[in-house]
Amino acid sequence: MSNFGYVAPSTVEETLAVLQRATDQGQRTQILAGGTDVIVQFRSLDSSHRLFVDIKSLKETNDVRIENEHIFVGAAIPSGVLNENAELKALFPGLLEAADLIGSTQIQGRASIGGNLCNSSPAGDTIPALIVNSALCVIATSEGTRTVPSEKFVTGVGRNCLAAHEFLLGFQIPRPSAGTGDAYLRFIPRTEMDIAVAGAAVSLSLNHEGICERARVSIGAVAPTPLLVSSAAEALVGTTADEDALQQAAQACSDAAQPITDKRGTVEYRRKVVGVLCRRAGAIAKDRALSNRN
Amino acid sequence: MSKIYVSATVNGRPEDVLCEAHQTLLDLLRDEIGLTGTKEGCGTGDCGACTVLLDDRLVCSCLVLAPEADGKEITTVEGIADSQDGLHVVQQKLLEHAALQCGVCTPGFVVAAKALLDKDPNPDEKTIRYWLAGNLCRCTGYDKIIRAVQDAAQELTPTK
Amino acid sequence: MAEVANFKAIGTRPIRPDGVEKVTGRANFGADLNLPDMLHGKVLRSPHAHARIKRIDLTKAQAMEGVYAAISSADFPQEVTSSLSRNILARDKVLYHGHALAAVAARTPRIAEEALARIEVEYEVLPPVLTLDDAMREKATLVSEDLRTNDDENSPPSNIAATQRFERGDVTKGFAEADVIVQEEFRVPSAHQGYIEPHACVATSNPGGRVTVWCTTQGPFEVRSATAGVLNKTVSDIKVIPSEIGGGFGGKTVVYFEPVAVRLSELTGKPVKMVMNREEVFRATGPASATLCKIKVGAKKDGRITAATAWLAYEAGAFPGSPVGPGCMSVFAPYDIDNFLVEGYDVLVNKPKVAAYRAPGAPQSMHAMECAIDELAQKLDMDPIDLRLKNAAKEGTIAPYGPKFPPIGLVECLEAAKRHPNYVNKTSEEVGRGVAVGFWFNIGMQSSAEVNIAEDGAVSIMEGSPDIGGSRASMCLMAAETLGVPYETINAHVGDTESTGFCNLTGGSRTTFATGLAVVKACEDVIAQCKARAAMTWELDVEQVDWRDGQAVPKPGVNIDVEPLSLADIAKTMSRTGGPLLGRASLNAQGAGACFSVNWTDVTIDRETGKVDVKAFTAIQDAGRAIHPAYVEGQMQGGAVQGLGWALNEEYIYNENGVVENASFLDYRVPVASDMPMIDCEIIEVPNPSHPYGVRGVGETPIVAPLAATSNAVRDLLGFRINDLPLSPPNVLAAIDAAD
Repeated sequence: MSNFGYVAPSTVEETLAVLQRATDQGQRTQILAGGTDVIVQFRSLDSSHRLFVDIKSLKETNDVRIENEHIFVGAAIPSGVLNENAELKALFPGLLEAADLIGSTQIQGRASIGGNLCNSSPAGDTIPALIVNSALCVIATSEGTRTVPSEKFVTGVGRNCLAAHEFLLGFQIPRPSAGTGDAYLRFIPRTEMDIAVAGAAVSLSLNHEGICERARVSIGAVAPTPLLVSSAAEALVGTTADEDALQQAAQACSDAAQPITDKRGTVEYRRKVVGVLCRRAGAIAKDRALSNRN
Repeated sequence: MSKIYVSATVNGRPEDVLCEAHQTLLDLLRDEIGLTGTKEGCGTGDCGACTVLLDDRLVCSCLVLAPEADGKEITTVEGIADSQDGLHVVQQKLLEHAALQCGVCTPGFVVAAKALLDKDPNPDEKTIRYWLAGNLCRCTGYDKIIRAVQDAAQELTPTK
Repeated sequence: MAEVANFKAIGTRPIRPDGVEKVTGRANFGADLNLPDMLHGKVLRSPHAHARIKRIDLTKAQAMEGVYAAISSADFPQEVTSSLSRNILARDKVLYHGHALAAVAARTPRIAEEALARIEVEYEVLPPVLTLDDAMREKATLVSEDLRTNDDENSPPSNIAATQRFERGDVTKGFAEADVIVQEEFRVPSAHQGYIEPHACVATSNPGGRVTVWCTTQGPFEVRSATAGVLNKTVSDIKVIPSEIGGGFGGKTVVYFEPVAVRLSELTGKPVKMVMNREEVFRATGPASATLCKIKVGAKKDGRITAATAWLAYEAGAFPGSPVGPGCMSVFAPYDIDNFLVEGYDVLVNKPKVAAYRAPGAPQSMHAMECAIDELAQKLDMDPIDLRLKNAAKEGTIAPYGPKFPPIGLVECLEAAKRHPNYVNKTSEEVGRGVAVGFWFNIGMQSSAEVNIAEDGAVSIMEGSPDIGGSRASMCLMAAETLGVPYETINAHVGDTESTGFCNLTGGSRTTFATGLAVVKACEDVIAQCKARAAMTWELDVEQVDWRDGQAVPKPGVNIDVEPLSLADIAKTMSRTGGPLLGRASLNAQGAGACFSVNWTDVTIDRETGKVDVKAFTAIQDAGRAIHPAYVEGQMQGGAVQGLGWALNEEYIYNENGVVENASFLDYRVPVASDMPMIDCEIIEVPNPSHPYGVRGVGETPIVAPLAATSNAVRDLLGFRINDLPLSPPNVLAAIDAAD
């Protein structure tokens, strides 16, 4: 009668085989990492039968590899564990802070960046931070792996580019050059425990004269998917990321936003606040870039 | 419905139980093992009443599937007090400060506060408040809970 | 003024007798009971806010493997037509999104949930009535087609269930005499009590018609009578055992599914457990009324109020019975006003039936009045505390709701505020401060207590008030004081409806006052018996024996050389002196003293996001006498944070179809630990003459003042007022932008 199942494969191959077999048999599968979105949605929105495929026993999804060119971060590592990695925190303070903002201490013990991305909420806190860090999503497929830029991963509210028999292994993120800093800020009504009403991530690289040579700006919770706002980045490149430039980037974010009114905020509110957050996050990113110049 | 066999260590003792894939660790603890000290306040990870330690990391047991507990070590509120030494200092200080009114959130606070002090024996008020932000209390306004945890920290590090 | 008290136990802060059970996870709450062969009940709830039920077909659910029963209102006595019975399971219409209309009992919760999905219901969807404005409009859609205002058969059907009006003096003349007039409208949204423990019960039955209900409740005797009413049973058929209760705040004074669990148990012959999930708690229980309050108040240049009017409309939800009555009675209670008029409206809307929430009705109407008083202080350029002192009710003032105030502590609280270091320290430019007064009537009602003395002198109190915030400790302290024995030798137990005398619910801030009074009197009964036993031992008349410091002693002047007899001494020999020592008292307590408070909130505002942060909060409140001061402070602090939550972010958000969009702790935003500062407390003691130790109830007043105190703080900082709550970031930012 009932058709619930749980498996925790120990290799990528086994995981893919389980997914393929279930897809062939018409059984619904549910990839499980930290479960802090999956189990909530299972309990309160759709409790239909499914096979839970727990990917936390895989080496790859728990891996952190810090190499010269790239840094690999496994998809299923709990944020609480990531935030204990000082090296990672020094490389991507904005991304790690974004991960740290997700939920309570208890949620931090489970919630992962990969899960946050795969949940594909417009308000996922780590997604703008992944985007500004030019993270590539590494996806396991039957042919091996494929990569997708993080700004292309989410395709709609709760939708993404993963096929039924695929799953996310982790992220390959370029090592930031000297003089680079990132930051992420979100707005919530309380101090903790809320979903972002708006969020903004900024990464910028300053040269020795303090001129911004590269910038990426991404905003969340103000459109069906997190957005990469190139007009905001353009407002920063070639400037010292001073107040004027940051204000222009903020305006570009407000202009790029396509928010809705819902229980968490209004169109007007989100449009205005996302600009404020961009400006404030930009100032933090600039400070970090300045202190990273050697 | 085929049941799944789970073998876990709960409060230092081996437990072997059968569960279903859709059950949570909270269901496993309360309904299969009979440890009802861990409470369900929301079922969505928003209130912290179901807080337990899973391999020494704080989690909401309502957001862990029961089969995930296989091979894991779990500590619940029932495992915090020592049968030889009595109450943990956090429990004692919560009592001394009258930091519980109805008491239903208390098991979650006990587990979470103990985990904090194990990690950081001398947290400031802000650290305590943010660490415990995932534990809702509707009775106390948090004041006496925070003071109890501060006092417990003081007792654990008398030289500071 | 208050005598200098010289107590040994009262005023100390010992550990509560049930404390160890609660910090170790041993205490059993509503959902913690599991019985052999037990089934699990679940409720089917309406997906529409307003619809006619054309057909309910339970057959597919009943046919499911593992399902033992599926029922609807047709399975209940049809002659019972009360609102309560129709709220528990809808009859002809569903009246709000989440309204229960069927239930199942199954082997597991999961099977029960799947069975609910197989119940077929045919609805004729009707337009919902969702706001006070829509409900009170002429030709409004009717929530109940046969409801007439004040049951007046000559008036047309209406959503206005009841009106009330009371007045004194001549408001026209009073406003004519005023130098300054403030007139404003204020809206307060629905808020939920937000207790952390969802409703839960287990019902068992036997073929003889006897049933037992284990449940989490503020009032086991009220559960007994309500369950009996819905099932058309006599109360003697029903035993109610209260579990430990995980918060209530008024929301666990009514029944939601206890009669359903009983019916399912009767039909299956098995124990049936029912536990709500959090979403059900938000959709179908509580909340407090959303309100519209219009206030007009006039004063002379010196601050003396000459007249005031209040027009108060309260949402009742789907059935009559909002707390607009106490809202009307409390709105002007802190002030001595010669000319006033109060009008109240109890209004039906397609939302859950409201339930009591801590000082039910007062936070909303007093938010309006305390904001108006603050505006008056601005216009008069007076300190807000001085303005209140100028008009404060005191002993002898005729309360707006009728009686003459006995000794009350409002002036003492205001004076304490004026000299409090937190008030004397003026705020910086970036901080706004707002003051407000709180009030609650408090109630007495019926309580019983027994005090049993064990053979070693240990004292065991049996009473019927569920302990929701440490009341066992207060009972033990009052018993220790009265008997003169150490607190540690006393324990207090909350009995079930068959092991303790009748006791009204834990509510109305009555427990420490009324049940406490019963405990004191039961202890006095024990003392009388001890004196008689000592007299028998010493061969004296009972009039020749005194009870001092926990011992029987011969009265001064009685010429006999004996050692005093302690309670333990007398207990040791009680089998030879007349048998067990058992003191009893039952009473209908009169003279619950009114409780006043003064609060102030200090806030900062992020003007770019509209976020209001509470930097400091001070609560001053008259407790009459603080039996266990830490638990009095606990009431003040907990009520303050609930009030701050209501002021800042808590609200029910409905869509146009009447669906609550934020039925979770994620989006119904109660304050978390990192949102709040410490809550500074000062307890004032103006003893209540109707209680032997001077107790006033303290539980409800604390939630009242924080709403207006926070509004007034935001007004102070912004320089203009935002009349409506909540002061959530989008609302505050919109107001700032509109003012620019």
